[in-house]
Amino acid sequence: MEYIVAVIILLALVAVVVLRPLVLGVGEDDRESVSREELEAAKEAKYREIRDAQLDFEMGKLSREDHRAVDRELRAEAIEILKQLDAADGQASGA
Amino acid sequence: MAGLGSACLLVGLLTALYAAGASLYGARSGSRAAVVSGRRAIYSMAGLMVTATIVLQSAFLRSDFSFKLVAEGSSTDTPTFYKFTAMWATQDGSLLLWALLMSLFSSAVLFATRRSLRDIAPYATAVLAGIAAFFLLLMVAWENPFTTLAVAPVEGAGLNPLLRHPAMMIHPPMLYTGYVGFAIPFAFAIGALIVRQTGADWIRATRRFALIAWTFLGAGIMLGALWSYAELGWGGYWAWDPVENASLMPWLIGTAFIHSIMVQEKRGMLKIWNVSLIVTTFVLALLGTFLVRSGILDSIHAFGASTIGAQFLTFIAIVILGSTALIVSRLDDLRSEAKLDSLMSREAFFLVNNLVLVGLCVVIFWGTFFPLISEAFTGDEASVGPPWFNRVTTPLALVLVALAAIGPMVPWRRASRSGLVRSFRLPLAVMAVTLVALLAFTNSANSPLALIMFCFVSLVLTVVSQELWRGTRARRTITGDPWPRALGQLVARNRRRYGGYLVHAGIAILFLGVAASSAFQDQQDKRLSPGESFSAGGYDITYVRPTAEVGRDTAGTGAPITFGAVLRARRGDEVTMLHPSRNFYPSQNLEAGPIGRFFEGEATSEVDVRWGLRRDLWTAVRPDIAELEPAIREANAKFSSSGNDVQAIVIAAIVEKYRNDAPPANFRAIDSPLVSWIWIGGAIMILGAMIAIWPSPEARMRRVTSIYAARLGKELSQA
Repeated sequence: MEYIVAVIILLALVAVVVLRPLVLGVGEDDRESVSREELEAAKEAKYREIRDAQLDFEMGKLSREDHRAVDRELRAEAIEILKQLDAADGQASGA
Repeated sequence: MAGLGSACLLVGLLTALYAAGASLYGARSGSRAAVVSGRRAIYSMAGLMVTATIVLQSAFLRSDFSFKLVAEGSSTDTPTFYKFTAMWATQDGSLLLWALLMSLFSSAVLFATRRSLRDIAPYATAVLAGIAAFFLLLMVAWENPFTTLAVAPVEGAGLNPLLRHPAMMIHPPMLYTGYVGFAIPFAFAIGALIVRQTGADWIRATRRFALIAWTFLGAGIMLGALWSYAELGWGGYWAWDPVENASLMPWLIGTAFIHSIMVQEKRGMLKIWNVSLIVTTFVLALLGTFLVRSGILDSIHAFGASTIGAQFLTFIAIVILGSTALIVSRLDDLRSEAKLDSLMSREAFFLVNNLVLVGLCVVIFWGTFFPLISEAFTGDEASVGPPWFNRVTTPLALVLVALAAIGPMVPWRRASRSGLVRSFRLPLAVMAVTLVALLAFTNSANSPLALIMFCFVSLVLTVVSQELWRGTRARRTITGDPWPRALGQLVARNRRRYGGYLVHAGIAILFLGVAASSAFQDQQDKRLSPGESFSAGGYDITYVRPTAEVGRDTAGTGAPITFGAVLRARRGDEVTMLHPSRNFYPSQNLEAGPIGRFFEGEATSEVDVRWGLRRDLWTAVRPDIAELEPAIREANAKFSSSGNDVQAIVIAAIVEKYRNDAPPANFRAIDSPLVSWIWIGGAIMILGAMIAIWPSPEARMRRVTSIYAARLGKELSQA
């Protein structure tokens, strides 16, 4: 008996939590179509790469020429991500 | 309360199935509401598992023997500290621990990714829910930890005495946290494959979870080794036991994964390799969970035979076949975005390191499962022992340590000749000096492999020191900060890099201890009477007198009887007193008699170690209590119907007899050089991993608007 009552109560509690978005809809965060966080994560990863390359150069592991080539490529990729971020912000504010 | 626990499991199973279904429906139909509902189901499942665990733990703490699990794995005289750990000493309890950790980890990662990976996350949710559902099904259908007994016994069987050690309190949860943690990158890898988004997004989202899993698994393995050294009474820390190997294998492949995902993050390469590695890691984690309880391989760590072997193997087969089919169907999406620029590049050395780690895992797998393989082909169960493992793994370990030194010195993409010369000059010089010094001042030449290891360890430590020095100097040049601040800022701004280097240093120090203690230890086994002496290593050891106690177990394990010895160890002017002992736990076998059962139950060694940075002196004693048998038999006959108080006095008298007239006892003493550095290296490794895991300031959001190049420069100069 204790088991059946517990199952019923727990099912009811879980249903309240789980079915809420289906009944009341999802919040603002969950409707956001463009994932700004992913782009932020990509940006931080790219920044980290640029800093790594800079540190390798400063420590003498990379030659000036190699560092210049790597840095130019990484910065171009970073700028691309920044543009995407701005586009995402534009979409969000326009929505 | 058992009803509530069982209800949590059933509702948890239904919730997990709902989470999988809702997430898949949401992913395929584009319904955000269904996806969010699926995610909330995972949170709910975590709440249910926490409730179930509280119910079970409270039953253990209350010694509620109406719970079958409590009656079998605890007793009223089990110390409270160990009652709390008894849950994971049983198969059913371990499954609940798996489900609990699985639900908590899943909730954490789904909360962290609630606004990202919109396509991948629902499928990952379904995979995580599927894994949780499997473990919940095992409990609901076959191994319910809330099973009750029709008649509750007055007393429980007690916790397995071997598990009454502080390291055992946290060793299993740490291992399981490691195993479960690897489910997170596995699930997201599967999600990424399904939606064909095989870039680095899923890696970035789950890298920290992989690192946490790796750290916990590594710490769990270290604690297991420490437990083996300090509790099992044989004097070693690693026996190449199947269960030990089962935990090491996912850690090795996880190590390879953590390295190779950096290549994918930075260069878009090794995609097939990375998804294959994480699938393998997760499968090995499942295998590790299965092996510890299956009893299919003889192990000193296998506690009980499993009734769910077939189910486990079926699930493992589904994971392997499903993942492999998915990877094969996505080969086009997994093509590398770049090619290896140079063999002298960080990514090339990561690849070599990966191959060595996988090779190491393959030979360990072969050795571990050789008994089953040989039985399948020849009908005879043959096994390979530690000498075989040592022979095949030592060369690979040497290469790994060497790579731990070389990797940090080589930059990404390509290394310039002058840069290589500058990086290698000092470490190679230090290694050469180390070699000469070891040959001149020690007997290291007697063990060439250990000598090579010592040289490689010096190489790693010099490389790490040099990296810190050069990085700090570069930072000082830019900022003009004083040295300590520059060092702190360097590490804070590059936590992944310098945390990783610290891990390398820890591994090298760990191997220093392994090599020295393996090659140069002196183990002596002697049978002595009080007053007699023997030598082990540089120590002269004298058996001063026997000890025998009732209810005075200093280790706090709850053992009623302890026999032991007082030893005096002398090395030059240094004198150390040691007190190894052996605890005796009462048997549940009533045929042993009311008195005899206290002497014929399980016994465990309580070793005594003189810990030291230069050497450990490890001692254990195995008292011979056979001469007490006539007295025990007589006591059984005379006092079988006496009350507990009288029986306690009789037991004390028998124990006293041993103390006054002890027969010769068997001793083991081991003089192990540098063994403490294994634990110190492990601690440094964990510290390094924590630095790498800790979020860096750069991870904080920065919203600025300006011209891109200027903005880039500005943001890069921050943090």
